[in-house]
Amino acid sequence: MSEKPILSVRNLKTYFDVTKGLFSKKQIVKAVDDVSFDVLENETFGLVGESGCGKTTLGRTIVKLYEPEAGSIEFMGTDIAHLKGAELKSFRKDMQMIFQDPYASLNPRMTVGEIIKEPMIIHNIYNTDQEREERVVELLRIVGLKPDHIRRYPAEFSGGQRQRIGIARALAVNPKFIVCDEPISALDVSIQAQVINLLKNIQKEMGLSYLFIAHDLSMVKHISDRIGVMYLGHMVEMGKSDDVYHRPLHPYTTALLSAIPIPDPDTAKTKQRILLEGEIPSPINPPAGCPFSTRCPKASERCRKEMPQPIEVGGRMVACHLYER
Amino acid sequence: MALLEVENLRTDFTTDQGTVYAVRDVSFSIEQGEALGIVGESGSGKSQTMYSIIGLLADNGIVTANKIVFDGQDIVPGNFANKKAYENTMKDIRGNSMAMIFQDPMTFLNPIMKIGAQLTEPIMNHNKVTEKEAHELALELMRKVGIPSPEKRINQYPFEFSGGMRQRIIIAIALANNPKLIIADEPTTALDVTIQAQVLELIDELKKNSGSSVIMITHDLGVVAKLCDRIAIMYGGKIVEIGTDKEIFYDPKHPYTKGLLNCIANPDDDDDKDLEPIAGSPPDLLNPPKGCPFVDRCPDALRVCKEYQPDATKFSDTHQCSCWLHYEKAVKE
Repeated sequence: MSEKPILSVRNLKTYFDVTKGLFSKKQIVKAVDDVSFDVLENETFGLVGESGCGKTTLGRTIVKLYEPEAGSIEFMGTDIAHLKGAELKSFRKDMQMIFQDPYASLNPRMTVGEIIKEPMIIHNIYNTDQEREERVVELLRIVGLKPDHIRRYPAEFSGGQRQRIGIARALAVNPKFIVCDEPISALDVSIQAQVINLLKNIQKEMGLSYLFIAHDLSMVKHISDRIGVMYLGHMVEMGKSDDVYHRPLHPYTTALLSAIPIPDPDTAKTKQRILLEGEIPSPINPPAGCPFSTRCPKASERCRKEMPQPIEVGGRMVACHLYER
Repeated sequence: MALLEVENLRTDFTTDQGTVYAVRDVSFSIEQGEALGIVGESGSGKSQTMYSIIGLLADNGIVTANKIVFDGQDIVPGNFANKKAYENTMKDIRGNSMAMIFQDPMTFLNPIMKIGAQLTEPIMNHNKVTEKEAHELALELMRKVGIPSPEKRINQYPFEFSGGMRQRIIIAIALANNPKLIIADEPTTALDVTIQAQVLELIDELKKNSGSSVIMITHDLGVVAKLCDRIAIMYGGKIVEIGTDKEIFYDPKHPYTKGLLNCIANPDDDDDKDLEPIAGSPPDLLNPPKGCPFVDRCPDALRVCKEYQPDATKFSDTHQCSCWLHYEKAVKE
C-alpha cells in the first residue's frame, strides 16, 4: 500500500429531487452530503453504514452512474466529477464496479463469454475476437471457473459462481480501481468467504484498489485497511480499520459496533450492548445540527443546532462536537 | 416430556423436474422454555422442516414422519382421517399455542388492513372476547413489544411503519395468545444492524419472561450465539450435528460445522488470518448424494462417505453428529 491516493473525493454532494406533483413544495433527498475521503493505491477502503445512509449512492456517484450536485472526484489526477461522453469513457476503463445482486446484474440472454467480452469490445482493447476469447478463458481461470463455462448462460450458475462472472467482467478491461457494492451480501456464508478470498488474491496479484461497500461489519473489517462510517449522507468517522473497531470515537460507530452479533456464545450472551433508540430519520427532512443527534445518547443542545465539522483526532477523522476543544 | 418431538421427518416436493428431497430424516426435540437454533444455508431444508411441522407447506409438498408430537398431541399429517381434519387441527394450533414470526414483515402483514385489526384477529379467533377487550389486549401487546404511542399507531396501516416497527408488530401478533412455541424464520435478516440488535434483545427478553420455547431458523451464527441454548446444523436436508451452544461453537465435530465456523469473520479477532472457505457448493436435492450430503466438499472424506449415509455418533447427552470420521472402523480402512 502506498501513500499516494488513486481517488480523492472532496465535498461531494449527490441530491435527488423527489418532488411529487407540479406545484408541490420542492423536496430534495440529500443522499450524499459533503463527503470527502481518499482511497490510496493498493488499498481497500471499506464503507459501512445502514440502509439509506448513502453508501451505495456514494459508490455509484464515484463511477459516475449518478451525476454529482457539487464537489470533486479526482481519479488518477483528473477531476472526473463533471466529465461527459468520450472523456469520461476513457476513465471508465480504469474504474469498474461489482454489483450486489448476481442475478440482476448479468444479462440472462448473453453467454458468459459474451458478458465478459462486452467491456473489451466497448473499450476496444483487443483487435481480434480470438485475442478476446483467450483473455476471457484466462479471466475465467483467475476467478476459479472453467474454460468450458464460456458458452453457458448465467442461469446455469449458482449465486457464488455468478458473482465470479461479475468479477471477471469487472477485470476484463484491466481496471486500477473497483467499486465493490455489497458483493457478498446475497451469498451464503460458506460462499462469502470464497469470494472475499478471491477479491483479496486478485488485489495482491493485480495491484488493485477497492472501495468496498457493505453493511456486514465483520467482513468489512476483515478485508479493509481503512474504514469510513456513514450516517444519513455524512461521513461521521474514518480511520484505520483496527482503530475504528477497537477504539471507536463517534457515538454512532460505538453503537453500530456494539450491535454486531458476535459468533461466540460466551461473549454474545454476556455482552452489554448499546441499544439505540428509534430509527434513522428521513433524509428528506434531516434533523438540524448533527444528523445523529436524534438518537445519540450523548447529544447536547449544541448538537441539535450546529452541524459538527470533520476534525482530526489521533490520526483519524471524526465529525462530532464531543471531540472539539 | 418434551414440548415438541420430531422423529424421521421427510418432506418431498413433486416438481416438473422430478422429486426434490428437501428434508431427509430429521429428528429433534425441544423442551418447554428452551431456545433451539436451526442453522443452515439456503436450500439446506431448515425452513421447510418448520413449515412441515406447522402445516404451511406448499401444495406440492408431501410430509411423512414417524412422530411429530406437539404438547402431547400427534400432528403427523398422515395420521389424520383426512386432509380437512388435519387442516382444522392445525388451524386451532397455529397462532394459538404455536406461532410463527416470518422474515419479511411486509409480505406477512395485510397492506390494506389496519394494524389494530391484524392484531385483534388472532385474539378473537382463539378466545371468547368482545371486540373492545381484544382492542385492549392489542394495545397491551404493542406496549410489550415496545411500540411508542400505541393508541395512535393501532389505527395506522403497515406502510406507515418502518421495517423494525413492522417486525415488532409481527412479534406482537405471534405473542397474541401466549404461545408455547414460537418459530422464528430469519426474523432479523431483513433489518439493519442497530435495528436487528433491538429486535434480538426484544425476543430474548420475551422468551425469558414468558417461558415460551423458541425455534430460531437462521443462517447467522452470531444470532444463534446470542439467543439459543441448543443448535442444530442442517446441510443437504439433514441435521448433521446438534448440541448445546458451547458444544457447537467450542467443540464442533462435523467437518461442515468446523468449516462454517472457519469461514466467518469475528471482528474480535485481531489477526489478519485468511478466511478458510468451504470449496464447492451445496448438493442438489433433486438428486441427493447417495452417501453423506457433505462428501463432495469435505476435506477429509473417506471412501465409505460416498456410498453410505453415516449414523449419529453421541458425544454427550446433548451432543451428536453424523459423520463417518467418528467411526473408528471406518477411519482405519
